[in-house]
Amino acid sequence: MEHLEEVLRSARKEAEQSEVFSVSSRATPIQFEANELKQVQTKESTSTGLRIFRKGRIGFATASGGGDVGALVEMAVETSQFGSPSGFQFPFGQDYSEVSTFDPEVDKIAMERMVEMGKELIARIRGHTPDILCDVQVTRGTSSISFINSQGGEGKYDKSFFSLSLEGILVRDTDMLFVGDGESSCRPDFVETDGLADRIIWQLEMAKKKAAVSTGLLPVIFTPIGVASALMSPLMLAFNGKTVLEGASPLKDKLGEQVFDKRLSLWDDATIAYGVGSYPFDDEGVSGRCLPLFTNGVVTNFLYDLQTASLAGTQSTGNGQRAGGGFPRPGISSLILSGGDVPFKSMVEDMKEGLIVEQLMGADQGNILGGDFGGNVLLGYKVENGEIVGRVKDTMIAGNVYQVLKELRSIGRETRWVGGILQTPHLYCSGVSVSTKGS
Amino acid sequence: MRDLISGALKGQGADYVEIHFEESQSTSIAYRGERLEEISRARNSGGNVRALVRGSWGFVSFNHLDGLRDKVALAVKEARLASREPLKLFPMEPVVDTVIPQLKQDATDIPLSTKKELLDSYNDIMLSNPKIQSTRINYRDGRRQRTFASSEGSYIEQSKTDLALRLAAIASEDNEVQQAGLSLGSDGEFSTVEGLHEQAGEVARRAAALLSAPQAKGGEYTVILDPVLAGVFAHEAFGHLSESDFVYQNENLRQVMVLGKKFGGKHLNIIDDPTIPNLRGSYKYDDEGTPTKKNYLIREGVLEGRLHSRETAAKMNESATGNARAINYLFSPIVRMSNTFITPGNASLEEMLGDIEEGVYVKDWYGGTTSLEMFTFSAGEAYMIRRGKLAELLRPVVLTGNVFTTLQNIDAIGNDLGMNQGGGCGKGGQAPLPVSNGSPHIRIRHCVIGGR
Repeated sequence: MEHLEEVLRSARKEAEQSEVFSVSSRATPIQFEANELKQVQTKESTSTGLRIFRKGRIGFATASGGGDVGALVEMAVETSQFGSPSGFQFPFGQDYSEVSTFDPEVDKIAMERMVEMGKELIARIRGHTPDILCDVQVTRGTSSISFINSQGGEGKYDKSFFSLSLEGILVRDTDMLFVGDGESSCRPDFVETDGLADRIIWQLEMAKKKAAVSTGLLPVIFTPIGVASALMSPLMLAFNGKTVLEGASPLKDKLGEQVFDKRLSLWDDATIAYGVGSYPFDDEGVSGRCLPLFTNGVVTNFLYDLQTASLAGTQSTGNGQRAGGGFPRPGISSLILSGGDVPFKSMVEDMKEGLIVEQLMGADQGNILGGDFGGNVLLGYKVENGEIVGRVKDTMIAGNVYQVLKELRSIGRETRWVGGILQTPHLYCSGVSVSTKGS
Repeated sequence: MRDLISGALKGQGADYVEIHFEESQSTSIAYRGERLEEISRARNSGGNVRALVRGSWGFVSFNHLDGLRDKVALAVKEARLASREPLKLFPMEPVVDTVIPQLKQDATDIPLSTKKELLDSYNDIMLSNPKIQSTRINYRDGRRQRTFASSEGSYIEQSKTDLALRLAAIASEDNEVQQAGLSLGSDGEFSTVEGLHEQAGEVARRAAALLSAPQAKGGEYTVILDPVLAGVFAHEAFGHLSESDFVYQNENLRQVMVLGKKFGGKHLNIIDDPTIPNLRGSYKYDDEGTPTKKNYLIREGVLEGRLHSRETAAKMNESATGNARAINYLFSPIVRMSNTFITPGNASLEEMLGDIEEGVYVKDWYGGTTSLEMFTFSAGEAYMIRRGKLAELLRPVVLTGNVFTTLQNIDAIGNDLGMNQGGGCGKGGQAPLPVSNGSPHIRIRHCVIGGR
């Protein structure tokens, strides 16, 4: 806090309003490569961001390491000559509801124990498929987030992080199979090696044989990982207040309208205990909250930070985020897609011919602003007469989220976290375009 | 600083230790529609220690140089946790050198007001098209001054500048939204981003035209790639497979990527070359202090070489190529490309088009990714080819395939090499790394295009 106060004092001499935001973090990632421990790392970094309003315009600068206070203020003043008009106030809050984001246990886990966890996971996977090559990452970390501004706002919280992930490659001649999954949480005891191993072994089991699907419109089940890799990018772009403000979001005039399947709801929740994306206040000092994006298919809210909200004539939703310490923008905390009532097994049994999509490659390359998704199915399985018959190769899918999510065949009963920031069920869709080589 | 670093490297009980330290600064400007949305400057400094003990690495990154000996000791402790096969790095003569870029007009020295005026003018042109709903401009320039020192006696100071610009126009009509863009970059030379007014207008026109363009029908086509997209193909589909860290511990993949194996026709040459002056992927020493050289990956259709760090070279009994790069001090160097390109052949574009009954001409890139044998990349611009002639504009298409099959299916290579310096490369969480790639026009038979 001392350093922040010093920067603020110095900035106040130049600016009408000022805000200093700082993140200090320390992480220990342990990497296994091709089944062996390759590297143990310790990463420490501190960065400070200064935002000022000077002559009615926004200036912004960041510094890490030895950047002195004078240089930081000077850079912020320089950019303020050209910055956009400051149409808002920095928040004056100091009392934030508590959100659990820190577990002191994280620091007690020895590097040796993390190495053991990685070895155990690899041993389980190789127990199923001996010739697989696994890259595993076990990471623990803590960070301290604080801010202070000239309007009296001030806050500080600590965050812990623990994650375990595995990517496996099985190469046979020129055929390569990729499997993988991961778990992460603020609490190390929420990260479970056995469940993770079971899911990867299931992938290997389903991919044992190869199968070819037909070209044409087919029903598709997106697994939770599939939902994350194929459908979320276009959706999040459309719910971003910035996209809405400039009129480029297909949802811009759809507030209160039924756009998605009426059994489906999506919300952003910064208050989930020990969620990787949780926080008591966002990166601008606005309280985190639970924000419905669509409820029973009806669009209810968009994501806003302070600046975007002021331009749109609305309030920040507590979604101001600084990726890599940069300029604040609207972003998600944790997304939750509501579960349904159909077990995955029943979805499969319902299919005559169809595709299960786990991992899509290149999904974000098409016209995602218009809602398009598409790409190569990196990991996916063919379903024939209600049974999974094997993995597909050389297969592409293409579709549009607004068409696909408008009316779903069914919504899965089981939900799970993917990457620590999205909780989702399986989604069973009809009529996704599938193209495959040689047919 | 040299004494401080040299002192910390001594007597640490490791097989090898290196210390990196860097100071960097950057300027970013972003527009969204009429608004200059973000303008920011950053200054960073920090470094890291990497220690090798019996084949395993320890790594510690930091913001301040104080307590450097303790940081080295922590890296050594980390390295001792693992016990892999003992490893001798590929041998290297110690190097002491200082490298400073030679630029006519260094972007990092240009006043902010000049940059803003220039970007304003591009934005105005794009927005003046009535069908353009919004625009995106992202400009970034930066300079990194790096110091590298090793326990073997190397001490190298390198300074490198970089510049990247993307212009994009978003057209909208009824409920349709389409976009088109232009990406370019340079080694920090500012003139590269000047005088693009005509191209800015063209980007807007193309986005508008896409509103009424049809979608390609998915399936197999004969496809001609323009130099930009073919360069992306060389980088994404093949270049990444040449990165030895993917290969060296993977016995099966080693058998696929055997030097001397035939991967394409006699007309096919793919090169990675950091020594070409003034490209974004150019540098004199990599982040392990290895001097760089021109490397043939494929020569006359045959696999001739691959990209190495000192570790991968030693493990595969090949030579270090100078391709170990780190995006900044928070990361270890890993095997990366530099300037990767397909060399020119002798066909003209007209000749390649000539005997295509129905095909697709794909231009410009929008993105690309790969998972070893499989690649997908998307074209920013696409046209049908009918009876040897370019026909209607199509919505953006995604191409996918198996790289080994696709390389064999290249049946014509143009005479018109072009280097693309837009974008940047991502790998292992390190992005965007400055690289460039290039190619002449190439023609691929039996290429899968996604569509509806």
